[in-house]
Amino acid sequence: MSLVARHLEANGIPTVIIGSARDIVEYCGVPRFVFMDFPLGNPLGEPWKRDMQREVAGLALDTLETADQSMQTIETRFVWPDPDWRGRYNHLDDATRARLKAEGDERRERQASAKTLKQS
Amino acid sequence: MTEPSTPPVPYMERTRNYYRAMGYAKDYIWAHYEDAPFTPLAKPLAESRIALITTASQKDRANIDAKGVKHVWAGPTATPPDALYTMNLAWDKESTHTDDRESFLPIETMQALATDGRIAGLTDHFFGVPTAYSQRQTIEEDAPDILARIQAEGADAAVLSPL
Repeated sequence: MSLVARHLEANGIPTVIIGSARDIVEYCGVPRFVFMDFPLGNPLGEPWKRDMQREVAGLALDTLETADQSMQTIETRFVWPDPDWRGRYNHLDDATRARLKAEGDERRERQASAKTLKQS
Repeated sequence: MTEPSTPPVPYMERTRNYYRAMGYAKDYIWAHYEDAPFTPLAKPLAESRIALITTASQKDRANIDAKGVKHVWAGPTATPPDALYTMNLAWDKESTHTDDRESFLPIETMQALATDGRIAGLTDHFFGVPTAYSQRQTIEEDAPDILARIQAEGADAAVLSPL
């Protein structure tokens, strides 16, 4: 999505990204970014909370209007209600590692046999 | 630029570790630039038409072909869909849900802001862009496709809200 914003902006369309993966968006480098420090999935705000979503959308519009240079990040004031969310995404414990290793092996085996089938 | 109040979640590091745990030897390389293009608004926001862009797919997955490849798609903003397909995206499925489409694609929210006179309105369609593994596909195919579509609908600016 960051690459799309860069392409639009380079071709005359001002853009603003509203998102939660701050490291990825800032690493890419985008014109304007409203950072919502929430679990990935609800960049506009908590589900069904229309007032919050409206404020975040309004902040994005403000940023479109007021930013005077690129690579501007604005952070919203909202805090996700469950403080434990930060540790959850792609958390690796021993059981998960074993499951992922098995999934990866299975996927590679499938790809290898598909390749053999193609060559035969 | 505002400094983070709490250190943000290190998504690149977690994703790298996740795929390493699957046994993949090569790490994904994220796009990286030292600077970014900048275009100021050409007219006041209240006179500007906004295009909304999402990474979600159509509810019936019509934008995903038989090979599982996602394509650029469009949906009407006058009669917005109640739900979109998001299960193939990497959002935090343990912490939240995407049952409220407005929580990631703010069509009605922006329409309310248009009623208040904050913006002129939305383009006739919102747009879906694939999250492609291939940056070449995004840069050479999908981004130009989106640009042509939003220009055809008279967009003055775009709001992109990836999940």
